Amino acid sequence: MGLGFALLLFLSAFAASLAFGQTPIRLSVVWEALFHYDKSVQEHVIITTSRLSRSAIAAVIGASLAIAGALLQALTKNALASPSTFGINSGAIFFIVAAAAFFSVSSMVHYMWIAFAGAAAAALMVYGLGSAGRSGMSPMKFVLAGAAITALFVSLTQGVLVTDEQSLESVLFWLAGSVAGRSVEMLLPILPFMVGGWIAALVMGHSVNILTSGEDVAKGLGQKTIWVKTAMIVVIVLLAGGSVSVGGAIGFIGLIIPHIARGLVGIDYRWIIPYCALLGGSLLLLADIAARFVIMPQEMPIGVMTALIGTPFFIYLARRRAGRT
Amino acid sequence: MNPDLRYENRSRSEAVTSMLLKKFVTVFAVLIILTALLFLTGLSVGSTMLNPLEVVKHLLGAGNGEHTFVIDTLRLPRMLLAMLAGAALGAAGLIMQGVVRNPLGSPDVVGVTGGASFAAVFFITFLSGSVSIKWLPFAAIAGAAVVSALIYALAWKKGVTPVRLVLVGIGLAACMGALTTMMIVMGDNYSTSSAYLWMTGSVYGAKWSDVFSLLPWIVALIPLSVLFAKASGVLELGDEAASGLGVRVQLHRLVMLAISVGLAGSAVAFAGGIGFVGLIAPHMARKLVGRSFVYLIPVSALIGSMIVVIADIVARTAFLPMDIPAGVFVSGIGAPFFIYLLYRNRHQ
Repeated sequence: MGLGFALLLFLSAFAASLAFGQTPIRLSVVWEALFHYDKSVQEHVIITTSRLSRSAIAAVIGASLAIAGALLQALTKNALASPSTFGINSGAIFFIVAAAAFFSVSSMVHYMWIAFAGAAAAALMVYGLGSAGRSGMSPMKFVLAGAAITALFVSLTQGVLVTDEQSLESVLFWLAGSVAGRSVEMLLPILPFMVGGWIAALVMGHSVNILTSGEDVAKGLGQKTIWVKTAMIVVIVLLAGGSVSVGGAIGFIGLIIPHIARGLVGIDYRWIIPYCALLGGSLLLLADIAARFVIMPQEMPIGVMTALIGTPFFIYLARRRAGRT
Repeated sequence: MNPDLRYENRSRSEAVTSMLLKKFVTVFAVLIILTALLFLTGLSVGSTMLNPLEVVKHLLGAGNGEHTFVIDTLRLPRMLLAMLAGAALGAAGLIMQGVVRNPLGSPDVVGVTGGASFAAVFFITFLSGSVSIKWLPFAAIAGAAVVSALIYALAWKKGVTPVRLVLVGIGLAACMGALTTMMIVMGDNYSTSSAYLWMTGSVYGAKWSDVFSLLPWIVALIPLSVLFAKASGVLELGDEAASGLGVRVQLHRLVMLAISVGLAGSAVAFAGGIGFVGLIAPHMARKLVGRSFVYLIPVSALIGSMIVVIADIVARTAFLPMDIPAGVFVSGIGAPFFIYLLYRNRHQ
């Protein structure tokens, strides 16, 4: 039932993202463009050449980041976890910027693998630092480790870019997070990994449920927790790294959506994951629409848009959580 | 208690105190000498290599005046600015770590530097054509102050706890980062690269006026922090223990926070967003002189100075004729050290 509403929301957001923009297009025309394409009609061309790929990319990235965030929150038992606050996005970004500046890498497929490597490096560092030590995993330790790793990769990225102005120009807009001006061809090499990540996340739902009920309980029920955790990290890296290689730094989706999903369906990850996919896609589509209008005629980078939506939410959570502990 | 035993206890604690003092004096003296040597090196090396003896002669007023331009106009203000900025960042980091009671809580992690960067980039992007560039430092300090006030206000909930300060700070740091990136993306090419240069942190093109503008902040705020030092040493025990000892916790926390913001904001204003100094310097200082805040402040400031001076010397000589921003090298040294630090503190 609820999933139906989520799907409806997602489809409306997708349609709206095709219809709104510098040239507003009526929904009936959008429909025609999709199903009775006529290349002599200008609106049809706008939709198929620019808006459709943009909306598809936003939907895929939004869904992926939200799922990655949900898994990360389950894995670290931390309400403030997300690929952006834990430095996974910045790790992927630094690796790509460094590769572009030093090794002149520019193909999408290479970017993707480099982004995976960067995301994995950052994820392992944060997870290692957050869970090492006698006191085990503590929320504060994780958040600080994440912020520190983020600061580390951001300053390294700055270091590379400041010495290499040419790459600065070319990566800047991507750096700020954007889904505009990308063709579907950029999405295609990543898509199999993303879809694989989604399916894996859906299949894992039950195991994640057991894991979140506690390490001891999980072990008592015969779960090999180390494998579940490893699988979760792999999926997080695929989804977050893949998103970064297409869209750059888009933050806070992975923070907000899992909370909303949990608020709607409770703590069952078999349901949380599909909700995250639909709601994450919807939120990024809506944020992208807003980004087109906020500072007309220019477009705001979508990463800035999501940060503006996400920061108040983060602070709200921080106040609530810190007040309780 | 047996009077003799009491006497012995006191004399033992006195012995420990005097040992710590002796250690502090030694460390301090060594650091001063090292800083002076580095300073001299910084004045001597560069695209024109000078003989250090001639530099000393020149500084003492006995030179023949042939190096006046290189030393007095180019290198001296640059080295002094590097020293001052480093000292401010080192002290600011130490104080902030005391306030949030976490060795990772430096001004750059908690968002203070982010506020300064945002204001400075805003200035470079939108105002640099119409308003004189000499107001840039004020914009940066104002940015740091406003964001810190915002962090404090948002973390307020019948008082401020260190955990909330850090978490709210991290959230705002992310927001500031996004807004800064937005302005850089929207600005034209020229302001983009100068904004980026500023964010990385550099003492390139330092002027005497910069040195004299930064100096009063440091001369005023570092001693002020020492005056509050006793209270801050108590604060690291935790709220309950500190209240029990009669310290007005919230007030002291606010004052120390304000001092830290003033130091970090002014340093960032003149030298840009040089990161990691506020994380590394206090840690090294603790290794050298223990946990007494009164000793830590000067040592942390000196180590901060040395870090920025070394970074600047390396950055402008290693790739001659290129002059790379010092901030790049601070990150280069700071980043690996920082990971080590995170690992070391894993038990906390």
